[in-house]
Amino acid sequence: MTGLQDLLKQGRPVFGSAPWPRHEVDIVVWERAIDALAAGTVTLLSVWGEVGRAHMALLGEADPCIAVLSLECADLVYPSIGRLHPPAIRLERAMRDLFGLNPIGLPDTRPWLDHGRWEGETPPAASYQFLPVDGEGLHQIPVGPVHAGIIEPGHFRFTADGETVVRLEQRLGYVHKGIDWLLAGAPIARAHRIAGRISGDSTVAYGLAFSQAVEAALGIQVPPRAVWLRAIMAEMERIANHLGDFGAICNDASFSIMLAHCAVLRERVLRCANVCFGHRLMMDRIVPGGVDADLDPDRVGLIRDLLAEIGARFPPLVSLYDNMASLQDRTVTTGYLKPDLARRFGAGGYVGRASGRDFDARRSPGYAPYDTLAFTVPVRSDGDVNARVWIRIEEITQSLSMLDQLLKGLPPGDTVTPFDPTGAAGEGIALVEAFRGDLLIWLRIVGGVVERCHARDASWFQWPLLEAVIEGNIVADFPLCNKSFNCSYSGHDL
Amino acid sequence: MLRHLLEGLRRPLTESKPDIDPDLAKLAATLDATARRRLGRSLAIRQVDAGSCNGCELEIHALNNAFHDLERFGLHFVASPRHADVLLVTGPVTKNMREALERTWQATPDPKWVVAVGDCGADAGVFAGSYAVVGGVSAVVPVDLVIRGCPPTPTQLLQGLLTLLG
Repeated sequence: MTGLQDLLKQGRPVFGSAPWPRHEVDIVVWERAIDALAAGTVTLLSVWGEVGRAHMALLGEADPCIAVLSLECADLVYPSIGRLHPPAIRLERAMRDLFGLNPIGLPDTRPWLDHGRWEGETPPAASYQFLPVDGEGLHQIPVGPVHAGIIEPGHFRFTADGETVVRLEQRLGYVHKGIDWLLAGAPIARAHRIAGRISGDSTVAYGLAFSQAVEAALGIQVPPRAVWLRAIMAEMERIANHLGDFGAICNDASFSIMLAHCAVLRERVLRCANVCFGHRLMMDRIVPGGVDADLDPDRVGLIRDLLAEIGARFPPLVSLYDNMASLQDRTVTTGYLKPDLARRFGAGGYVGRASGRDFDARRSPGYAPYDTLAFTVPVRSDGDVNARVWIRIEEITQSLSMLDQLLKGLPPGDTVTPFDPTGAAGEGIALVEAFRGDLLIWLRIVGGVVERCHARDASWFQWPLLEAVIEGNIVADFPLCNKSFNCSYSGHDL
Repeated sequence: MLRHLLEGLRRPLTESKPDIDPDLAKLAATLDATARRRLGRSLAIRQVDAGSCNGCELEIHALNNAFHDLERFGLHFVASPRHADVLLVTGPVTKNMREALERTWQATPDPKWVVAVGDCGADAGVFAGSYAVVGGVSAVVPVDLVIRGCPPTPTQLLQGLLTLLG
């Protein structure tokens, strides 16, 4: 059993990586790390590249629980992680598209984010080979990239046997905006604005992760009041998104009154955010060094009113959900995700927690102020759409309680630590809990500008699992399964 | 239980029609008068995400909630471009979405209007200059109206769409 500590002992620590270490390793240690991933003794947090170098971030159990291993890739090749550990496959395909690093032994060598259009040409439609399907009576249903609803673009290729889906293959990358290369060389302030727009629904979480990574890299201490205000925004974002999802999942089972009620509550959260923080989605309010907003006592009162309103109106909606046989008929046993798959893929958020993966970045590795708050992390093992709904319901309840504690304990003082980025240098990592799961940002600052920044949305490990859970379900249940995952296209396509 | 829930919606939450921004109204006055006569007081909208971060989509969704209730103005979202009078396009248009947007536009019957939403839809916003981005919506299809904002609020979206009705 090779743990994270054993791997680190065999590498050379890189100076200036905070708060977790990064080690340069040779090819032997890199292969050992892949074996450890395949054996399940460590969990993959991300894989990314830069010119001439591949990195993997790992999650272990002892302290330090997180570390980055880096391999210099002479001749632009390196041993593939996905060869033995499938969760890495899409990340490695993307890394090859973006940085030209060739993973030796990668089972799937098709491009992923690169659709062959970046140089301005239009490739023939058939140039992307979907996986072959063979069997009597099977038919295919191509969906997207433009979907019927108000949602992001992506292509789903269903193979069905009558009503039953026997395989789903996703093709993503349609909203690839070149974020990795836009961030490279950007001044910190500009990079921060871009990071806040990687996935709009998680703009607070991205602002938080980016800021924490910059602060770690440059050794900036954030004032306590700012830390508390950040958590208030993060929990408001979580509640707003979970409310939206709860309504939308029920709506996909044609129970639209739930959407009507949840949309009202969601709108109340956004309006409160607008009055308190000056933006409905609280975009750009968390900044490196602190926050660009403050709460006076009147506004604290507004958030209290909001908590009271949701506290009164939400429980009847939950009992309606729980007692409506026609709804339960659609959500219970639908889209079952095996706990073993959730564990192997390191599935974050409600996807992992509904399938027995007891992980929440707010608790472990943990970050302030959550170490001072009382909260529980809901975990279930039934793994179906219903379980993912219930995790959201319980997380809303937890977030309401956290907001109550945060408002009571809000310390006085400054809201930002000013810093001068001129000439600053360092490396930082942050792992924060966005509403859909753990979000990792790693960056290196050289001469006051971001040299390289990598963001890994929870969606990277959730999208492939959606392909797995739809198998054996009817086509009509796909919207329910999809909404219960609610993966980000933009956060994934970058 | 159901009675209790319906009770929650009985006191109307719906807000009155927002004032039309004079700048937007001026812009809308230049729109094709024939098309305006033909489309009358009802518009079918097809939303197309051509590269957005999904922030604009969240606020477009909010147009359907009880506070904004888009449908009372005769505006409604449809599932196919073939049913649409208006394409509501968000995002910097990515190179990977360019063809899908062009084909959606071609599939929309005339007369039609294109509304570019958000700072990205206007001029690609913070993503301008990327190798993977074509530019704002007007770089790919003709745009009749731009609603800026990052993202624009539901009220701003409503103001923009109402100017199309005149």
